[in-house]
Amino acid sequence: MTVSGGETVLFWVIAPLMVIAASGLLVVRRAVHAAVCVVFVMISLAVLYVAQEAPFLGAVQVVVYTGAVMMLFLFVLMLVGVDSADSLTETIRGQRWIGLLLGLGLAVVLCGVVASATFRQPVGLAEANAVTNPVALARVLMEHYVVAMEVVGILLVTAALAGLVLTHRRRLGAKPSQKALAEAKVAELPTGRTLTPLPAPGVYAQHNAMDAPALDPEGRPIEKSVSRVLRIRGQERSATELLTAEETLVRRELERPDDPVPSVGPASGTDGDGGGAR
Amino acid sequence: MIPGVAADFSADALWVSAIKAVLIIVFLLTSVLFAIWFERKLVARMQLRPGPNWHGPFGLLQSLGDAMKLLLKEDVTVTNADRRVYLLAPMISVLCSLLVFAVIPFGPNATIPFTDFSTPLQLTDFPVAVLYVLACASIGVYGIVLGGWSSGSTYPLLGSVRSSAQVISYELAMGLSLVSVFIMAGSMSTSTIVESQTSIWWFVPLAPAFVIYIISMVGETNRLPFDLPEAEGELVGGYMTEYSSMKFAWFFLAEYIAMINVSAVATTLFLGGWRAPWPLSLINDGMFNTGWWPLLWFLAKVWLLMFFFVWVRGTLLRLRYDQFMVFGWKVLIPAGLVWVVVLAGFQYAGLVGITRTQMIVAIVVAAAVVLALLWLWPQKKEPEPPGGTGADGGFDAFAGGYPVPPLPGQSLPPSPRARRSVAPAEDAGAATATRVAPDAVDEDEETR
Repeated sequence: MTVSGGETVLFWVIAPLMVIAASGLLVVRRAVHAAVCVVFVMISLAVLYVAQEAPFLGAVQVVVYTGAVMMLFLFVLMLVGVDSADSLTETIRGQRWIGLLLGLGLAVVLCGVVASATFRQPVGLAEANAVTNPVALARVLMEHYVVAMEVVGILLVTAALAGLVLTHRRRLGAKPSQKALAEAKVAELPTGRTLTPLPAPGVYAQHNAMDAPALDPEGRPIEKSVSRVLRIRGQERSATELLTAEETLVRRELERPDDPVPSVGPASGTDGDGGGAR
Repeated sequence: MIPGVAADFSADALWVSAIKAVLIIVFLLTSVLFAIWFERKLVARMQLRPGPNWHGPFGLLQSLGDAMKLLLKEDVTVTNADRRVYLLAPMISVLCSLLVFAVIPFGPNATIPFTDFSTPLQLTDFPVAVLYVLACASIGVYGIVLGGWSSGSTYPLLGSVRSSAQVISYELAMGLSLVSVFIMAGSMSTSTIVESQTSIWWFVPLAPAFVIYIISMVGETNRLPFDLPEAEGELVGGYMTEYSSMKFAWFFLAEYIAMINVSAVATTLFLGGWRAPWPLSLINDGMFNTGWWPLLWFLAKVWLLMFFFVWVRGTLLRLRYDQFMVFGWKVLIPAGLVWVVVLAGFQYAGLVGITRTQMIVAIVVAAAVVLALLWLWPQKKEPEPPGGTGADGGFDAFAGGYPVPPLPGQSLPPSPRARRSVAPAEDAGAATATRVAPDAVDEDEETR
């Protein structure tokens, strides 16, 4: 059992990167960056598993930990307090010193274990993987540890069910059917509700954004075409102003001497309520 | 030779693998260019339009032009973006989508022309190759999630949250449908799975799993009718709203490669991989299953699935998000679970030594029992119309969907937890009392 050259190179490329990513966890400020670091460490770990001829473990590591567990973490990070900076006030007195002390203790223990470890030649890998790695693993789990597997399975299912029960809310009334919802919508018509989506904002020659109202067929601005939030904040542009700006542009074109088109339209450039131009 | 893998890679030197890898990337990139043209043209024909027909023969160079446009456009980085993650996200997407084809077999051993060097038409394979495909897909989601988050904008964030929820839940259904192939083939290596389909392609005996896979692959790749992460009407462009130029092109590329990936996996696992279709496979003692012919069958099957993608897109409407999630969790996943259990039962029966006729008899009996049960099952009672108690002057505790106190003149119904049982006569009396309520209310008001 020897370690091939390729594997050595792989290890010495990936291991330092993993250490950097893991220490990045201590340094980075934003929680999502920390999550990205953890993902990197997990995937590199999976690569090392595969290099050590445990391909099943490597694939499962990525699918379960990176793909599901870490994704769930990221989900929560993104939705809850994405940008909130961590508070640095100590909630427990002397928290930092206790943490530092415990960390040092752990470091000492780990160093001791690593220093006192003896690296013997690994044996039995070839026999273990003779019937392919997943099959061998399945035999161990399903023959020797089948009871433990079942117990863990039951435990996990129970936990999942508990999660469902704890987050379950009973409905107060019957669930409204699609038909009932549609009928309610139509019934609300007299109160000013529209059945269709609200009209899109207006598009002008020099302006095309959320804050510009669209014009109806008669040339009047449609109030609902601008988002309610913008209207309340008073950030809505007036159609008159936009059309006036356009009007000046048009007139400059028309005033060219060699223009074949006779100058049409009202001579008084601004036409009141943003009328017939559109 | 790797144990548990049908293809033999022992003759492959490092340079052979390198050439194969480069060829795969070239194949994927040209396929994407073709796929964009293919989709636009096909959708156009379905909508009675000509589609792209200006650049090159049949408009074939249209997507090349689009790609150049994307390359040359201004690369905008929005102010609110988290720059590093913003750049990282499209890279993750593209990388993960490129990885999948490493384990897809294009064909069996083939001889390189003008030499007598023979090598499998596949980059590599190992005993857990299909799990590797799933792993790549699950890392690919990070591209979408991080892209949406790092844009620092609301719609992309919502799109990315939707997308990750969608991909994770549809990956479960997809995994369950793949499990039935593992059970039948007895392996997770792609070349062995193709090898196991010599007599029959798995989509016939495993039809339910195939249907589940086809549905979940559309959900997994965020395509219509499941393209909720980028639903234009609700989310502008979803997670890629704030991306432009090359970075947007990467997301675009990843999306199309993902389509080709899932089609290739479906081909390999269910549609016989590179094997020739039935009547052709008999000609000349299986001539069409050797040499370079299999490449043709493989590509034909993949593009058949791509056609299916486009056909679905041109036909179906987008689902509402809650309906879509309910469909995934309450229909696809339970169906997949039940199917895996049934299949495992059959496999076990086969191992124990139950003959096929006995199994068929058992199925018929079971079906008859189920039908009889359904026939005899008491009919479900019609649910009482809501507000029925309110109509006869009584009190509706949940009028309008909210718990409400009784109005003047109304009385609370007898509590089900009360010790004393209320006599029915009194109940009727109470009802009549509430029916003559108006006067009573007036009196009450006056006395107050």
